[in-house]
Amino acid sequence: MEFIRTEDVHFTYDETHPEEPEKPLHDVLKGVTLSIDRGEFVALLGHNGSGKSTMAKMFNAMLIPAAGKVYVDGMDTADESRTYDIRRQVGMVQQNPDNQLVASIVEEDVAFGPENLGVEPVEIRRRVDEALKAVDMYEYRTCAPYKLSGGQKQRIAIAGILAMQTACIVLDEPTAMLDPRGRAEVMHTIQQLNREKGITIILITHYMDEAVQAGRVVVLDSGRILTQGTPREVFSQVGLLKTHKLDVPQATDLAFRLRGAGCPMPHCVLSIDECVSALEPLLAQKGAEA
Amino acid sequence: MTPILEAQNLCYTYGTGTPFEKKAVQNVNFKIQQGEFIGVIGHTGSGKSTMIQMMNGLIRPTSGRVLLAGKDIWEEPKKIRAVRFRVGMVFQYPEDQLFEETVMQDISFGPRNMGLTDAEIEKRARDAAKFVGLQDELLDKSPFELSGGEKRRVAIAGVIAMDPDVLVLDEPTAGLDPAGRDVLLSEIVSYHEERGNTIMLVSHSMEDVARVADRVMVMNSSHLQMFDTTQAVFSQDKELESIGLQVPQITKIMSILKADGYPVHTCLTLEEAMEQLLPLLPRKGGTSE
Repeated sequence: MEFIRTEDVHFTYDETHPEEPEKPLHDVLKGVTLSIDRGEFVALLGHNGSGKSTMAKMFNAMLIPAAGKVYVDGMDTADESRTYDIRRQVGMVQQNPDNQLVASIVEEDVAFGPENLGVEPVEIRRRVDEALKAVDMYEYRTCAPYKLSGGQKQRIAIAGILAMQTACIVLDEPTAMLDPRGRAEVMHTIQQLNREKGITIILITHYMDEAVQAGRVVVLDSGRILTQGTPREVFSQVGLLKTHKLDVPQATDLAFRLRGAGCPMPHCVLSIDECVSALEPLLAQKGAEA
Repeated sequence: MTPILEAQNLCYTYGTGTPFEKKAVQNVNFKIQQGEFIGVIGHTGSGKSTMIQMMNGLIRPTSGRVLLAGKDIWEEPKKIRAVRFRVGMVFQYPEDQLFEETVMQDISFGPRNMGLTDAEIEKRARDAAKFVGLQDELLDKSPFELSGGEKRRVAIAGVIAMDPDVLVLDEPTAGLDPAGRDVLLSEIVSYHEERGNTIMLVSHSMEDVARVADRVMVMNSSHLQMFDTTQAVFSQDKELESIGLQVPQITKIMSILKADGYPVHTCLTLEEAMEQLLPLLPRKGGTSE
């Protein structure tokens, strides 16, 4: 069932070219049409300047298209009377964990959203506990956020959105500032929320190893959709991704290069394990010949 | 040869005597020679940021010493400022610290504080801008008109312009896209090669560290757990994983193959892996030697 639909979305930031004031300098989005179903996990990929963060802000009416339409659960984001209803449906997690926590105690921070929605205190208590348990941070509920690691802070930010019971979470490079362990924690939480609670996830990232965990990958380039499909369909196009300055996981790249050198490696390798299981029979075969 | 930087029993405790007392760095010892490229890895909270902030005297050790070219940097606390010119520090997200009216003025801030002549300041600022690939026409712009990647370069140039003996970079590529990351890293490498000074690069990207570092420091729960050649450190994938770190994917693949009995050894880059694997794999047209 369709939850978010964008129709030929265009967007331009207010900047003009010094020599040609007629011509806008930053045509960030140049016609993006996309449909996202309820419960989907979509990764939005692209290099800096590809328009992916601008796109993310379209999903909860933080930005309104200059041309084209965005519908969230049937509501037009350009209709100001629906802005709050839309934001109740779509929550957003930003890149920097320090910019989005407001309270001095973890559980107060998580309660901030539902309090603003006028939820009954008993119900707030219930939602906060449930949200903190869902991101596996319940035992930290009385801690001060500044004492937590980056990964923990991001999970608190996610809990704050869960407590508002939004149907969809948009995460804009939530792991860019985290160490490997923090990244793994956040990715695990995202996966779990999608699978167990059926929450629609839109993950903006430039880490391919995160994008492969999604159900669908959409690659943006210069404000347009370059390609989309299952992770396997998208990442088998290694050449295309590389020419558009996108990163390819080393395991995928190794298989791609070996294939290019004439080795019978499979078309698309997504993980270390897949790479090893493709290599070992070949190594054994050649070893036996020798 | 006297090491350019040496740590002797370095310790730092936050909030001594309070209920929040936390030992951030404990008994760290190391020697770094002039011209080395050192990678520093460790998960969040391992003590690496505290450790590097002691290198230029931003934090004074609770006990232990930091020697710069053989001399204790805290011997004369009033002269600690001079140490900060010799050990340059680029913090995480340094673009947040730009403040001057033009890019040129911002880059010149450090050398100006060193009391250099105008001509020397200008020369250093231009050289530094060139090292980080900033176009001349950007120099008269406001730093706030630049893109994120350009701002980052301005901030780095500001530290390079002081021509430090040791350049410490805390996550210089964080938040950049893959292309931006590669370019910036290559610029740092060529700066290092040309100037021959010492670099300490703190990074969460094991791939980056594997590509550029001669030796790698691994910080774990306030201790310096390993300090060895990049090859030696990354061949210990199990130990690194147990402390919340990873090895580059390519290193992991090769070490699994090795553990399964195939005649390969651990390596750090894709190119090395290709070199090892190609002769061992069947190829189109039956290339049995």
